[in-house]
Amino acid sequence: MDLIRLKNVSKRYKNGVTAIYDMNLSIQKGSFVFVIGGSGSGKSTLIKMLYREEKPTTGSIIVGGVNVAKLRNKKVYKLRRKLGIVFQDYRLLPKLNVYENVAFTMEVIGAKKEETRRKVLKALELVGLKNKIHNYPDQLSGGEQQRVAIARAIVNEPKLLICDEPTGNLDPDRSMEIVKVLEEINKTCGTTVIMATHDKEIVNKMKKQVIVLKEGRLIKQQERGTYDEAF
Amino acid sequence: MKLFRMLGRSIRDAFKSVFRNFSLSLASISCITITLIIVSLSILASFNVENFTKEIEKDMTIVVFVENGASSDTISEIDKKIKKMDNVDSYVFKGKEQVKEEMQKESDIFNTIMADWDQENNPLKDTFQVKVKKVEKISDTAEEIKKIENVAVVRYGEGMVDQMVTAFKSIEKVAYGVVIALIVVTVFLIINTIKLTIFSRKREISIMRLVGASNFTIKTPFIIEGMVLGLIGAILPVCLVLFGYLAFYNHFDGYLFSKVIQLITPEPFIYLVSLMVIGIGMLVGMIGSASAVRKYLKV
Repeated sequence: MDLIRLKNVSKRYKNGVTAIYDMNLSIQKGSFVFVIGGSGSGKSTLIKMLYREEKPTTGSIIVGGVNVAKLRNKKVYKLRRKLGIVFQDYRLLPKLNVYENVAFTMEVIGAKKEETRRKVLKALELVGLKNKIHNYPDQLSGGEQQRVAIARAIVNEPKLLICDEPTGNLDPDRSMEIVKVLEEINKTCGTTVIMATHDKEIVNKMKKQVIVLKEGRLIKQQERGTYDEAF
Repeated sequence: MKLFRMLGRSIRDAFKSVFRNFSLSLASISCITITLIIVSLSILASFNVENFTKEIEKDMTIVVFVENGASSDTISEIDKKIKKMDNVDSYVFKGKEQVKEEMQKESDIFNTIMADWDQENNPLKDTFQVKVKKVEKISDTAEEIKKIENVAVVRYGEGMVDQMVTAFKSIEKVAYGVVIALIVVTVFLIINTIKLTIFSRKREISIMRLVGASNFTIKTPFIIEGMVLGLIGAILPVCLVLFGYLAFYNHFDGYLFSKVIQLITPEPFIYLVSLMVIGIGMLVGMIGSASAVRKYLKV
């Protein structure tokens, strides 16, 4: 079953730059997908349209049965509650400790305390940070901060985890750790993972589905793909 | 339950934010305080003015003296004409005998002098005592009555009282103007305060949005923050109303300048005014922060 389906999607920014040209794409539930492509290939735009940070100019984007392209600003939060989002720059709150950062997601949607506690600890265990719940972000390494961000993204048990270059700031070993964590989440929770990256090594090692973008167009979608130098 | 948890969070955040940006909050709070002090003074003054003008208005009567020797036909003619006038609220007819009796009751001197007056040699005149609907137009009505045939003299109120009421009313209008201007300034200051809070929490807000906080959840803390600023700003003005008015009232024994101007008794008046002041403070805070949220929080 398709979790995500793009139909004739194009995106033209107000400054006249077209980032995506007439894209058709579907992603199955439970899959692990790498979105790769050089700078200006439309990766980020595609990712942003999935969580409705950007609206497509034309076409429809169905995420979990909802047409995100037609979603009104007021209703965006309903979509976001079904997604987890991870960024290159972690985006943690510096004044909150690890536990509070993860619990923040639960708090803003008004969850009960016990439920919050149970889910936060479960998520932190999954990313292997249960022993650092009282630390503050500036006391953690980059890889650990990113794992906190992943815990925050999955604490609400989303169907879809969207990662925008989550390993961009990390060295190869830490990057691999992060991807392993994502794979673990994909396997144990059945969460669909979409990860934009330009880390060749990771893509080649993981042998997952690969979506290749170039100059705003989808040029290849391949199971067990590799980072093809040729594109 | 969920709503209460969210509200609890919002209130907690609002108080935190007020103290985190204390210097800025202080500017807003002092502006609200000054505004509310003037607001409460004008409320106290205008309520009192309204109170005693009403008292005075209640006593304002046009006395119409009918010429001596008017027949009962003439009197009923006058009666009909007064009845037709727009501004006439109610009126009573008092014959000269009745006037005499009333005056006799008032003082012993009158009593002895008037004792041997009878129907024939009573020099008093038959009167109509007319109450009007609108005191401002009392002179017009009096003029109109004067024109009726067989009416000798028309008297109404003391000109001074009339002027005093008008003066107080214009003072009231000026006070309202000042209050409105101050409220506008305060609203702008609050917009600024909340704007800075919003900017200082931009990161937090963007993360809230990413993890699925509803607009309500994002906006409420800022709106409550504005209300908290208003509430804190209302503390001093409320004290002024509660203790100040009481002291003022006691000092003057409930009357200002003369027995004509009677002050409103403090209880429950001061509690009512305090509630109004708190309400205005919170409302002003809310309006300020709501417009800041609408302007600077793109949700």
